[in-house]
Amino acid sequence: MNFYNEMYETDGQVRAHYARYDAWLKATPAERIERKRAEADLAFHRVGITFAVYGEEAGKERLIPFDIIPRIIPSKEWKSMERGMRQRVKALNMFLWDIYHDQEILKAGKIPAEQVLNNTQYRKVMQGVDVPGQVYAHIAGVDLVRAGEGEFYVLEDNLRVPSGVSYMLEDRKMMMRLFPELFARHKVAPVQHYPDMLLEKLRAVAPNGVSNPTVVVLTPGAYNSAYFEHSFLAQQMGVELVEGRDLFVKDEVVYMRTTQGPQRVDVIYRRIDDDFMDPLAFRADSALGVPGILRAYQAGNVTLSNAIGTGVADDKSIYPYVPDMIRFYLDEEPILNNVPTYMCRKKDDLAYVLAHLAELVVKEVHGAGGYGMLVGPASTKEQIEHFRQLLIAKPDGYIAQPTLALSNCPTFVEEGIAPRHLDLRPFVLSSGKCVNMVPGGLTRVALTKGSLVVNSSQGGGTKDTWVLED
Amino acid sequence: MLSRTADHLFWMSRYIERAENLARLLDVTWQMSLVPQSEEAANQNWNAIIGLNSLEAAYAAKYSAVNSDNVLHFMVSDPDNYASITSCLRLARENAHAVRGTITTEMWETMNATWLEARGKSFEHIINAGIGEFFEWVKMRSSLARGTTLGTLLQDESFHFIRLGTLLERADNTARILDVKYHVLRPHGDEGATDFYQWGALLRSVSAFEVYRKAYRDVITPERVAELLILRNDMPRSLHFCMNGVLKNLELIANSHSGETLRQVGLLHAQLHYARVEDILAHGLHQWLTDFMDRIYALGDGISKDFLVPMAEAA
Repeated sequence: MNFYNEMYETDGQVRAHYARYDAWLKATPAERIERKRAEADLAFHRVGITFAVYGEEAGKERLIPFDIIPRIIPSKEWKSMERGMRQRVKALNMFLWDIYHDQEILKAGKIPAEQVLNNTQYRKVMQGVDVPGQVYAHIAGVDLVRAGEGEFYVLEDNLRVPSGVSYMLEDRKMMMRLFPELFARHKVAPVQHYPDMLLEKLRAVAPNGVSNPTVVVLTPGAYNSAYFEHSFLAQQMGVELVEGRDLFVKDEVVYMRTTQGPQRVDVIYRRIDDDFMDPLAFRADSALGVPGILRAYQAGNVTLSNAIGTGVADDKSIYPYVPDMIRFYLDEEPILNNVPTYMCRKKDDLAYVLAHLAELVVKEVHGAGGYGMLVGPASTKEQIEHFRQLLIAKPDGYIAQPTLALSNCPTFVEEGIAPRHLDLRPFVLSSGKCVNMVPGGLTRVALTKGSLVVNSSQGGGTKDTWVLED
Repeated sequence: MLSRTADHLFWMSRYIERAENLARLLDVTWQMSLVPQSEEAANQNWNAIIGLNSLEAAYAAKYSAVNSDNVLHFMVSDPDNYASITSCLRLARENAHAVRGTITTEMWETMNATWLEARGKSFEHIINAGIGEFFEWVKMRSSLARGTTLGTLLQDESFHFIRLGTLLERADNTARILDVKYHVLRPHGDEGATDFYQWGALLRSVSAFEVYRKAYRDVITPERVAELLILRNDMPRSLHFCMNGVLKNLELIANSHSGETLRQVGLLHAQLHYARVEDILAHGLHQWLTDFMDRIYALGDGISKDFLVPMAEAA
C-alpha cells in the first residue's frame, strides 16, 4: 500500500506548509532536540498528565507519549474539514431530536426502524423529552483520517463522552514552552480558548429561566482513565469537579453537598456513560451515578451534557446512514467521506467479510478505544481465525471496513525519525444553531511501525496539531 | 465548596504535616541513640515510637526485635505500614490528586514530585545516602508544600481547610513528641552532659533549640522545654500557637452546624492561653498531654461531622 506522507511528497520534496519546520528541524542539533524531548517527558510526569490503562494494575498511571514533530494542516484544507464537521454534527443532532420525537427519518424509510429502536443505545426514557436548544451532543469528537490529497474520512463520530481535549491543550503548551522560536516563524492558530468556549456552550444550554447557572463537571473519580482531563477542564473553566456521591436529588432538583449546605446544580458536564448515570433508571449496581437524576432531567430542572441517549447516533451500526441523514435533514451533499461499511448482520455482507478477513478491519458494533477489533493485514492467521468464529457466532455484533491507507507523518521513535500513521480528533461544540470548534484537534499517532491503531490505550502517542493561518 | 473537596484538602495537609513530624521524631530518636547509653535505654526509645502510633500489633507481625534498624525500616519506608513516612507522602499525594483542580498547579506539582521521588527511594538507598539526609529532605518537601500553599493559593475556604489540617495535626504531633521524650527522659534526668544532649536533640527536632536560647538565655531545663512547646504563643510548633490558628480558621469557615466544635476549640484555646506550666506539671505532664490529644482527636471528629462528611440531605 502507498501511504500519504503529511510532510513529504512522494519524490521526497517537502510539502509547502512544512517547509519552514523542515528547515528548522534540519538546522537544529540532534542533542538539543534530545534534551528538549527529555525535558518534555519530565514535565509531563511532574504535572501528572497521565492516564490509567484498564487491565493493568489498579491505580497505575502511564504517560501518553508526546511527539515533538507537529502535524501541520494548511488553512485551506482545515476550512473544508471544518465545514464538513459542522454539517455532520448538525445533522447528527437533528437526527437525535427526530428519533426522540416524531421519527420522520424512520417514517421516510431512510433507516430501518429496528436498527434504531432495537439499538441498546436508544433510550426510550428520552422519548418526547425536550432538551434545551434541541441539542443532544454538545461536545462531539469526530475522528478523521486522511487517505490521500484532500481525501478525508470520518472513522467515528464520538457523541457520548469523547476525551482527549486536555492533551490537545497540553501538547500546545508544551510545544510553546520547548520551542518558542517555532511559533515566531509560523502563524499557528491558537487553541487555548477551548475551555472558555466550552463553558459558554454549557451555560447556553442551562434550563429555561436560569440566568446564572451553576455548572459542574461530573467524573467517575480519580481512578478513571481520563481523570486528569476531568479535573483539568473543571479547573480551566473554574467550576466544581464532582463525583456522583457529591450530588443528590430532592423533589426533582439536583444539589451538591457543600461545606455550607446543599447548593443547586443547573448544568452537568458529565463524563460518565448513560448506563452509570442513575441507578434507579439504568444499571442498578452503579455506584458512580446519582439516584433520581433522570427524573430531574426529564422534568427540565437540570441539563446533562451530553444528553442521555446520544449513543444511538454514533453507534457503528448507525454510522453507515450518516450521509443519508445529512441529505435528509439538511438537503446537502456530505462534505466528508464515510468509510464504506459492511454490516455483518446482512447475509451478503457477512459472506463477503468472511471471504476477505485478511484485507478488512473488523470492529465490534458497540466497542470503543481500539478494544475488540481486528486489523486484517496486520493480524496473524490465529487472530483472523479467532475473529471468524466470533463473526459466525454473532454476526450482528460486528461491522467491517476496507483497511484505509491512513496517512503518516515523520515521528521520533527509537531508531530515529520514521513515518507513523495518524488520525485527527477535532472537538465540535454545539448549542442551539451555533456550532464551533477550535482550529485543529488532537492528533493521535500509532507508535508501532505499520500499526493503524492510534488509541492511547493501545500504545498510541500524540502530536501538537497546527492549523496555519494565511 | 464541596464537602468531599474540603475533606481531601484537610487530609492532604494532615498527611504531609504528619510525614514531617514523623521525620522529626525519628531524627531526634536516632540522634539520641548516638549518645552513649545502655542498650535497654536505647531500645526503650525505639519502642516508644511504635507505642506512640499504636502500631504494636502491625510491628510484631513483621519484626521480632525492637531495634533501630527495624523500627527505622518500618517507620520510614515500609509500604505495609500505613503510618510510615512513605505511606503518609503517598496519602498526601492521593488526596491532592483527588482535588488537583482546586489546589494550584504549583501545589499539585510539589505533592506529586515529592511522591514520585519518595517512591524511587528504597530503604537501602536511604540508609546509604545517610538517613539524616532523608529526614532533612522530608522536612524540606513539607516546607515546600506549605510555602507553595501560602505563596500561590487564594485564601478562601480551601486555604482555611488546609491550614486547619496542618495546625490540628501539628498540635497532635508536637504533643506526642513531647510526651514520648519527656516520658523517657524525665526519670533518668541526672543534670549531666547526657541530659543536655538529649534535651537539645528534642528541641532541635521541633526547630526550637535556637528559639529556646533566644527566649530564655539560660540552661535547658525540662520545665522550660515544656513551657516552650506548650504555652509559647509565638513558637510555630507550640500547642498554643497551633490552637490560635485552629480557632481562627474554624471561625472563618463556620456554618450552621459547627457551633459546638467552635466552642470546644475556644475552650481549649483559652485553657492554653491562661495556663501556667507549674500547674500543668503539678497535674502530671503525661496525663495532661494525653487529655490534650484526646481533645484534639475529638475536634477532628467534630470538624469531620460538621463539614466534611456529606451533610443530611434536608437542611
